[in-house]
Order: sequence, then structure tokens, then C-alpha cells
Amino acid sequence: MEKHTTEQLQAVCSQVRRDILRMVHACQSGHPGASLGCTEFFVALYFDQMKHSNSFNPDGIGEDLFFLSNGHISPVWYSVLSRSGYFDTEELKTFRKINSRLQGHPATEEGLPGIRVASGSLGQGLSVAIGAALAKKLNGDERLVYALMGDGEQQEGQIWEAAMCAPHHGVDNLIASIDVNGQQIDGPTREVMNLLDLKAKWEAFGWEVIVTENGNDITEVIASLEKAKGLLGRGKPVLNLLHTDMGYGVDFMVGTHKWHGVAPNDEQLENALGQLEETLGDY
Amino acid sequence: MEKTLDTKYTYTEKKDTRSGFGDGFLEVGKKNKNVVGLCADLIGSLKMGAFQKEFPDRFFQVGISEANMMGMAAGLTIGGKIPYTGTFANFSTGRVYDQIRQSIAYSEKNVKICASHAGLTLGEDGATHQILEDLGMMKMLPNMTVINPCDYNQTKAATIAIADHEGPVYLRFGRPSWPIFTPADQPFEIGKAWKMIEGSDVTLFATGHLVWEAVVAEAMLREEGISVELINIHTIKPLDTEAVLASVAKTGCVVTAEEHQFNGGLGDSIAQTLVRNHPVPQEFIGVDDSFGESGKPVDLLEKYGLNAENIVKAAKKAISRK
Repeated sequence: MEKHTTEQLQAVCSQVRRDILRMVHACQSGHPGASLGCTEFFVALYFDQMKHSNSFNPDGIGEDLFFLSNGHISPVWYSVLSRSGYFDTEELKTFRKINSRLQGHPATEEGLPGIRVASGSLGQGLSVAIGAALAKKLNGDERLVYALMGDGEQQEGQIWEAAMCAPHHGVDNLIASIDVNGQQIDGPTREVMNLLDLKAKWEAFGWEVIVTENGNDITEVIASLEKAKGLLGRGKPVLNLLHTDMGYGVDFMVGTHKWHGVAPNDEQLENALGQLEETLGDY
Repeated sequence: MEKTLDTKYTYTEKKDTRSGFGDGFLEVGKKNKNVVGLCADLIGSLKMGAFQKEFPDRFFQVGISEANMMGMAAGLTIGGKIPYTGTFANFSTGRVYDQIRQSIAYSEKNVKICASHAGLTLGEDGATHQILEDLGMMKMLPNMTVINPCDYNQTKAATIAIADHEGPVYLRFGRPSWPIFTPADQPFEIGKAWKMIEGSDVTLFATGHLVWEAVVAEAMLREEGISVELINIHTIKPLDTEAVLASVAKTGCVVTAEEHQFNGGLGDSIAQTLVRNHPVPQEFIGVDDSFGESGKPVDLLEKYGLNAENIVKAAKKAISRK
């Protein structure tokens, strides 16, 4: 795969952000905040880091796999899957509408290419990623498994069952990231249920922990994922604390939980799109 | 008492159905290299040790973390593995319902949920562990196949057969030593009811441990001149509705017998089928909206009305309602 330049990747990010806003606006439903915040991460994965085939094979043998645990940020995933060739961008129009493959939360039942397990009920994705990583080891498949969780999601007990399990079984072909944006539905995480020192917690569970200070800087996101890969293969999984700004890219949405699950109205959409260049052509 | 009865099926040995699972699991592991195992700190109780010893690389001890185990099992299917999860029936269902629902059933994952110590016959551990709602919970999930075999041999056969079935399966078995009355190396066809005894006055549809109680009940009823048809429903979902309706067309009344709540169990499934197609009187043997308690399995079955004597009474009542 030919490497994209930083400028090219940034251009993809701008288009993905337009897609997210337009999808959520069209159905007046969905989760724009963390979708916007995680845009650089998804673009880095699918346009730079992961080896993946667009002729979708659910078993993904010989490919890198990605699992989204915080399934409510489906808009960014759908946009990036589509923009990276899994399905026609026209289908983004159907997001959250009846008879669509683009369900509110990711699902397999409708056969959308790129989705391997349903998610949305929180806390489950890391366990699935561990299983998939173990299957890769059993198959002698040296490709990697990636997972993304939310920071609010760290309040689920199953996360910590999985956190304990992966180092115990030497799952060293897995890079899990946490979108640390400090926000959840009811407010800042420190007020809702304080997560305290996530780095210390994950290290205590036996993971190699790295920190991406600015998860909205595509160069830094890629550098972090490269660093994470360098730490694999030594018996430990890697945890990447990916600091992002919820709502990044749209001035009135940034840094607040208020746009967690709220769609912009016509005026707000126009304002937001005015801040994001149309680089690859709107669907 | 049952020894003096002329039962149509007999036994020379008793064994726990969980051992049928353990032996079947080892055998299917030898046959199919994609079969892998996961267990939540109950390897001895589930009889998974032989598989673990033979295939250590294909077996994952996950500790006391059932939710994570279900998720891992879902993940292992991505790459073609056929995971068998092992823990008690309570921790295989109620504790992890949402994990099964989202990561396995809705995601159409080829996971075999193997659940031991189901029902009252767990005995002394009491109601915290004696789940009587698991069949209902699993039955309600779209895509899920639900199997409850009756003895060691049938459990072993089912354990081997489910590896060749693509899709999620709930396989339920138990702890007590129980008569082995079905043939060794029997074929096991998922979704196909087994007519064990032909008769004309009443149909007994039984599942799990209560199939043996139904075998005994048939002999008791035969002594009184009542002709009983006994059908072994090892697969509760999908239900063999054709076999159910064919039998009922002949006998005109029904008793269902299961080690489960009335709500959500085999009796419910049969009743739905009958109401929609061919309504006839039906009596239910099962637990009536209550939790279990500590005690010896046989004593518990008697106290809660789940034995041959109660099946006999229910059969007579069903016949009288025709």
C-alpha cells in the first residue's frame, strides 16, 4: 500500500468529519461528539496502519482486525470504512434509517462489510478482541488486532476482567486504545465516576501503557501506533491512552459532553460544515 | 421400586451427564482441530480436564470472569475456531445474558455454551446455583439453538454433534449420577425429536433428566392399562413441531416434563405449538414459579413434583380432560 502524506490524511479527516455531521443530521439521531474526536485515530488505522482487504472476509485471516467496543461512535467508523473502500459512500445516506445496513450501533446481521461483531452495550469489545487475537496465534497468523474503548466505558466491570486476562495469556498481538476525552453522557468522567489514574491501573494489570497526548494530531497518533507495534511480541498487550477532544473540528461542539448524542439542526450543520473543507466530495 | 417395573428402557450403570460432556468434548477435540475450550475456574466440575491435558494450547482458563469468557469465545470464532465455554448453567446464562445476546447471538457467532449443574438436581448447593430459568432465557434469543440431553450417552453424542452445527448453541446438562438408558454411540440429530415409546392414550414430552422419570412413568401407566407415547425432546429450540403434532393427533392429550420453571420452558414451547395448530389438554411437570433449595436431588425432585409418580398423576389428569 502506498503511504499517504500527512496532508492527504488530514484531508481525509476533514471529509470524514463532514460525513459524520451530515449522517447524524440526516436522521437527527446518533453520536457526533466522540465520533469527531476519534476521527484521526480511525483514519490513521484504516489509511495508514492496518493491512486490510476491502473484499471483506469475516474471518480476517492474514489481515489486521479492528474492534470498536464503544459502538455508539458508529458514524466515524462507517464513514472511514466507506471512504477506505468497504462500501459505496452513497450508503452513508441510510445511516439509522429503516432497512439500512448502517444500524445505529454496529451489527453483523445486515452484512455490512468491515463489521465482525455487534457492539453498543458497553464493556464487551476488549474481550472479543482478546479472543480474536488468540485465534490469530492459534492460526499462526502474525497480523495484529486493534480495539478501541471509551473512557466512560472503563466503569464497566467486564473491561477489568479482560484487562486481567490478556497479559495472563500473553496476548502480545493486541493494541487496545482508550478514547480519553474526559466526558460521558451525564457530564465529565471525574464527576460521574472518577477514573483516576488509568495509566497506573492498566500498568498494574500487566499491560505496556503508552500515552498519546494529542489524539487529534494525525502525526502523533501514527507515531503512537508505531511505538505500540514496537512493544508487541514480548508477552504483553499494549494499551494506548488516546487523549482526544470530544467534538474536535467544530468550534461549538468541542470539549463538552453536550454533543455526545445530539444531532445538529440545519443552521448548526451549515455552520459546522463551513469549518470543514470538502476534500473527497460529499456523498 | 422402579427395579421391579418392566421399563422399556433399562440401565446397568449410572453416570453424570457432565461426564458425557467431558468425554464428548475430548472426542470432538480429537476429530476437529478447530474446537477450543474456555473455562471459568470449573475445569474439574465440567470434566474438561482431559481435553485440557490433551490440547493445552487449545484451552483457555479464564478464571472467575464469565462475561469476559463469553466475549473471548465470540472473538475466537473470528478466525474459524469453535469455542466451547464451560461453567455452571447459572453463570452460563443469567450472569452473562447481555454478553451472549450482543456478542454471540446477535453477532451470529459459532460459540457452544456448555452449561453444567442445571436445575434442582444440583442438590445441596441450593437455589443460588440451581438455575431453573436458563432454557427460557436462551430460547428467547434469536439464532440460539437450545439442547438438553437426557443421560450420559445422549450428552456425549450431543457434545460431538454441535461442533458440526454452524451457529450459537446452548447445551445444558447436570451433576447427579443418573441412569444411562440410551445407546452408546447413538446418532444425534439437532432438532429431531426421538420417539422412544409408541402409544395411543397420552403423549409425554420430556427433556433432560426427566426423560428417565418419564420412562418409569410409562411402565407404571402401562401396568394400569394406559398406553403412553414417550417422546424425548433433546432439542428444545428449534422444536420438532412436526413430531409433536403427529403424536398429538394420535393421542389427543399431553404431559410435558422438565427440570425448569413452567415459565419459558419446554412446556411453553409445546403449548404454543398446540394452541396454534391443534389445541388439546396439556399438563405441566416443572417448577411452579419458585426458586429451589438445598437437599438431595431425589428428595428435591419429589418435593417439587418432578418425578415419575407426578408424571403418572398428570397423565391421568390430561386423559380425563380429553
